Amino acid sequence: MSFRRYSAIFRKEGLHILRDWRSLAMALGVPILLLILFGYALTLDVDRIPTVIYDQDGSPQSREVVERFRGSRFFSIVERQGDYREIIRRIDNSTALVGVVIPRDFARKVAGNEVAEVQLLFDGSDSNTASIAAGYAEALVLAYSSELRERQVIRRGAGKMPPPIDARVRVVYNNELKSRNFIVPGLIAVILMIIAALLTSLTIAREWENGTMEQLLSTPVRPTELLLGKLSAYFVLGMADMAIALALGVSVFGVPMRGSLLLLIFASALYLFGALCWGILLSTVTRSQLLAFQVALISSFLPAFLLSGFIFAIPDMPFVIQQFTRIVPARYFVALLKGIFLKGVGVSVLWADILFLFVYAVLVFALASRTMRQKMA
Amino acid sequence: MQPRNGSAVEVRSLVKRFNSFVAVDRVTLDVARGEIFGFLGPNGAGKSTTIRILCGLLAPTEGSARVHGFNVATQPELVKKSIGYMSQKFSLYDDLTVEENLEFFSGVYGVPRNVRPLRQAYALKMAGLEGEEHTMTRLLAGGWKQRLALGCAILHQPPILFLDEPTSGVDPIARRQFWDLIYAMAESGTTVFVSTHYMEEAEYCHRLALMYKGRTIALGTPAELKASHGPGATMNDVFIASIEHEEAESR
Ligand SMILES: Nc1ncnc2c1ncn2[C@@H]1O[C@H](COP(=O)(O)OP(=O)(O)OP(=O)(O)O)[C@@H](O)[C@H]1O
Ligand SMILES: [Mg+2]
Repeated sequence: MSFRRYSAIFRKEGLHILRDWRSLAMALGVPILLLILFGYALTLDVDRIPTVIYDQDGSPQSREVVERFRGSRFFSIVERQGDYREIIRRIDNSTALVGVVIPRDFARKVAGNEVAEVQLLFDGSDSNTASIAAGYAEALVLAYSSELRERQVIRRGAGKMPPPIDARVRVVYNNELKSRNFIVPGLIAVILMIIAALLTSLTIAREWENGTMEQLLSTPVRPTELLLGKLSAYFVLGMADMAIALALGVSVFGVPMRGSLLLLIFASALYLFGALCWGILLSTVTRSQLLAFQVALISSFLPAFLLSGFIFAIPDMPFVIQQFTRIVPARYFVALLKGIFLKGVGVSVLWADILFLFVYAVLVFALASRTMRQKMA
Repeated sequence: MQPRNGSAVEVRSLVKRFNSFVAVDRVTLDVARGEIFGFLGPNGAGKSTTIRILCGLLAPTEGSARVHGFNVATQPELVKKSIGYMSQKFSLYDDLTVEENLEFFSGVYGVPRNVRPLRQAYALKMAGLEGEEHTMTRLLAGGWKQRLALGCAILHQPPILFLDEPTSGVDPIARRQFWDLIYAMAESGTTVFVSTHYMEEAEYCHRLALMYKGRTIALGTPAELKASHGPGATMNDVFIASIEHEEAESR
């Protein structure tokens, strides 16, 4: 390993990046474009969901639940109906997205300290809104439930009892229920992965296609020097992307940054390094810019987008696919970003994700470097 | 690097097979230091394959070759430090300027920083590219590109130069100028191993090998080769007669 040769490669690669203004514009512009596009358009926030309530019970307790829905900014009560069919009809013609049915025995069960239920109906055709609405509704019912419980505890003195109303909660750590806070960290993971893998996928293949690899091979340059020189140049570009995305996310989209910036930079560097090595590996194996680009696009974008937990929650996936997400680095990075951004947690909680990214980076680097040594011999 | 004793290039029964196809067939030759050695042959004769083996870019199937005293199969790293190579296809970076290409190759050849300005200035002058330092390489005309490629290959002052058809696709005047450079290199003590398929260029070499279907079918100085084919024979006659003889033999 000669520093002179390494730095020659690094500087040359830097010149290629600066000269190729189209790729440079793509590398720096795409993060901004994606963030704005997804940040604004894919906002999963749902306000004032049209809701029909069917209060079969008509008791003071059930009316209290209805008032809770009425008081929430997330729901807008269309009409209080006395009929199931009416709810279905309204959901069918989309004048309502949520139906709430409070069963006849609600008050009796609450009083009798049994598990009371509130039935929620959603328009599954808009599954995104539905699942968010479900989250809101469940949170609302749970809040009411725990309040009831407190009151009962106060009335009857201490003692364990089941929550009187059954509800599961999904919404945590995002108290304001802002989906943008989820989207931006996920987007950063996707953007970094795509940019890193795409740009590096071209770099070795281009040398083969232009015949410059032949010239390089006749010089004393070692494969490792070539690999590290190229990686370093693209690493600088990738970290610039990270900085842009971070600045945009915090300043324009107001995503809270509760954790350590240093940890964020370190985690990003690990993730980026692995992604860069992956692109170089593809480039080395295929020796074709077109093929490497296509494989890089599919293998970086799809897993990062679909399997990272960014858009689709991993616990909701089929078992087999859940297992598959374990080898997707973006999954760990999304977890890290959410942990650092939204929860403000540190290494003591996130060490496993960091460890995975580290192992992944080391493995792909070793593979890329071995492949390059073979192909260049 | 200390020059080694013996020939600059020593090739012994070199064979290169691609699957069952024999691209280089038992080639044996020696190139003395300071010599301009020509490699003449039609397309597909195996010139490039031989040169690539000698540069440590390709492993030989059988036989052995030493360049500057180093075994090409087992010491490619040392071979690469002792040679300059111009591949048949132009292979500098088009999106870098003349100066940036020179700086890059100074770096990968490990030229110390303090001598780089001197070496680069020399390469520029030799290639006749003074004043073009900031020109984008893609904008250079064919002959200039070739001279820049040569300039890039000599920055580390290699004792041996391998030039694979350096003048193909270049006009006759540029070709002549390029050969002046080759002579200048040889005069300064560099061994030049050059392939071509131009007959007239064969005459410029100190010694040459005629290559055909992977074999060396004739080897000697231009004068020797012509004399052996009777008085008044041209290089072209030698070439054709050698090939006919070879075809008759193999039948
Ligand atoms: N990597 C390879 N795999 C298979 N065959 C090859 C390979 N490289 C060269 N050949 C074959 O070996 C033969 C010799 O090729 P080579 O390039 O050495 O010829 P050449 O004398 O340089 O010809 P030209 O004047 O066209 O450059 C050709 O028939 C070529 O197709
Ligand atoms: Mg050739």
